[in-house]
Amino acid sequence: MGAVLRGSGVSPGAGYGPVYLLAGAIPEPPAGQRHDGDAVAEKKRATAALARVADDLEARGERAGGTARDVLSAQAMMARDPGLEVGVAELVDTGTAGPRAVFEAFGRYRELLAAVGGYLAERVADLDDIRDRTIAVLTGLPMPGVPEHAAEPYVLVARDLAPADTAVLNRDLVAAFVTEEGGPTSHTAILARAMGVPAVVGCAGATGLVAGDRVLVDGAAGTVTVEPARERVDAVLGAAAARQAALTATTGPGATADGFAVPLLANIGGPRDLAAALAHGAEGVGLYRTEFLFLDRAEAPSEVEQEAAYRAVFEAFPGGRVVVRTLDAGADKPLAFLPPPGEEPNPALGERGLRMFRRYPDMMASQLGALARAVTGTTALPYVMAPMVATVEEAAWFAEACHQAGLATAGIMIEVPSAALRARDLAAAVDFFSIGTNDLTQYTLAADRQVSAVAELQDPWHPAVLDLIALAAEGAAAAGKPCGVCGEAAADPVLACVLTGLGVTSLSMGAPALPWVRAALARHTVEQCRAAAVAARGATTATQAKDAARGALPGLAELGL
Amino acid sequence: MAERKVTVESEVGLHARPAATFVQTATRAPVDVTVRKVGGDGRVASARSILSVLALDVRYGDTIVISAEGDGAEAVLDQLVEIVSVP
Repeated sequence: MGAVLRGSGVSPGAGYGPVYLLAGAIPEPPAGQRHDGDAVAEKKRATAALARVADDLEARGERAGGTARDVLSAQAMMARDPGLEVGVAELVDTGTAGPRAVFEAFGRYRELLAAVGGYLAERVADLDDIRDRTIAVLTGLPMPGVPEHAAEPYVLVARDLAPADTAVLNRDLVAAFVTEEGGPTSHTAILARAMGVPAVVGCAGATGLVAGDRVLVDGAAGTVTVEPARERVDAVLGAAAARQAALTATTGPGATADGFAVPLLANIGGPRDLAAALAHGAEGVGLYRTEFLFLDRAEAPSEVEQEAAYRAVFEAFPGGRVVVRTLDAGADKPLAFLPPPGEEPNPALGERGLRMFRRYPDMMASQLGALARAVTGTTALPYVMAPMVATVEEAAWFAEACHQAGLATAGIMIEVPSAALRARDLAAAVDFFSIGTNDLTQYTLAADRQVSAVAELQDPWHPAVLDLIALAAEGAAAAGKPCGVCGEAAADPVLACVLTGLGVTSLSMGAPALPWVRAALARHTVEQCRAAAVAARGATTATQAKDAARGALPGLAELGL
Repeated sequence: MAERKVTVESEVGLHARPAATFVQTATRAPVDVTVRKVGGDGRVASARSILSVLALDVRYGDTIVISAEGDGAEAVLDQLVEIVSVP
């Protein structure tokens, strides 16, 4: 087998075909490039080029329809931005040639958007695409584009795909996308999922692939294999097809093959996530992150507003469990309406989560009151839990406050190793546990989630993390209390089986992962899950733990996992 | 000079579709309209420039000030307030 490139798998499925390299980037027009003196004509040319690009984007959007139309008409609007035209005109008036003026005028907005970061920083790729198209028109270079005809489906490889590239793609001609850059919210990722095209983004070395070489793309694992052996291709493509069939075949509440129920719940940030949760068959909500109501605003949300948001979620799951996590804010997620927290050298270890409520008990009373009123008249089962609990005193204090507010089921997140180590003591003080594996991993391995240099330590497969999960689950079981998991770990179908084997009683995850976890659990007995858990804990490294667990879970192969 | 101070109720803030509608409406108006974010860096954006409006990074719950001058100013400001007030 040939070389394997790795990136982020952002759209599952497998694709195989010859590499098609998208035309390289348009070169930057040289700095100091001047026009021949006719500023009026040069401005006219530049304006016409911008208009032509805008028209072309709109026309492509109309041909593509759906999500792509919205994306492309937004891009067309950017191309028609009067600020760009003014910027180009000013530069041309001082003698700068059209292509260079376009480059520089776009550059100003590019910096503004990049400075804001997040969602807007990813729109920079859209802006660059408009700029390159405009420069291509002005300089007579071919516009970047994809082949409209091909003898067989190809794997489209590019530095990054622009919406204009992907919009007019013929789905039947594309086996997969691979891009050197881009993240899970890039356009490539979003459109790939919308089109159902397997995709790997952020794949180092992708643009070094040779046109025409055959590659096998695994959009779940995030791998690109160059010139794979034929048997390997058959196995992967066969598995992808079987997996699709298996996924759609498994429905209903979460359970192991021998009928041991493991409720499958959804993680949500607010009412807007409910549709996806219901569509993927969530049996309830396992993590309602209420901080989205509080962040990024000047004043605290009123109790009426809170109540409305909570009620919408309770009403979506009649008779179902809805686990609400109280406000999780702190120095890393400051609230504008509270006095700024003191400078903390390490916010992950500072005054956050429940610790902040101890300083502002009125905020907790207001949130618990709104929750108690919101549930009135609905049939949902409200579970309320606090984040960042380290001690029995904190746990008992929170449970008491919930019970006084009329909320009968009060629990805590298990994120701090001390809480897992003394789970028996904490279980006596509360009604349930939910393990937050992301933070538990961060604190167990002493690896800040915000520091990418230590990202390798952020692996919930580490046997130390598995040991703590086992302790928490055992502590809860001894007291007859439920213990769920609501971190990313629950979304990994292999790890979900191991968690079940460790004694975890429910699993909550982002909605798209639900069918995978449901299918993986349905293919193993609870004994097999326990054996996988024992095997994983018997390993000495995260990688070995994962391999050992996989070896004990024979049903994974059927799902291509 | 007519002015409106308004809290953005749109869930996505002044991004995506609300931003597009906002800019399209301002583009059709007979007068120039500017917008700035309260508590922002003080930058004043032309409401006809999608890129400038996006770069203000106005989010749900932020307060913005929209200003215009001349005939029709009041009418277009009312329309723009309406756009950002839709949850």
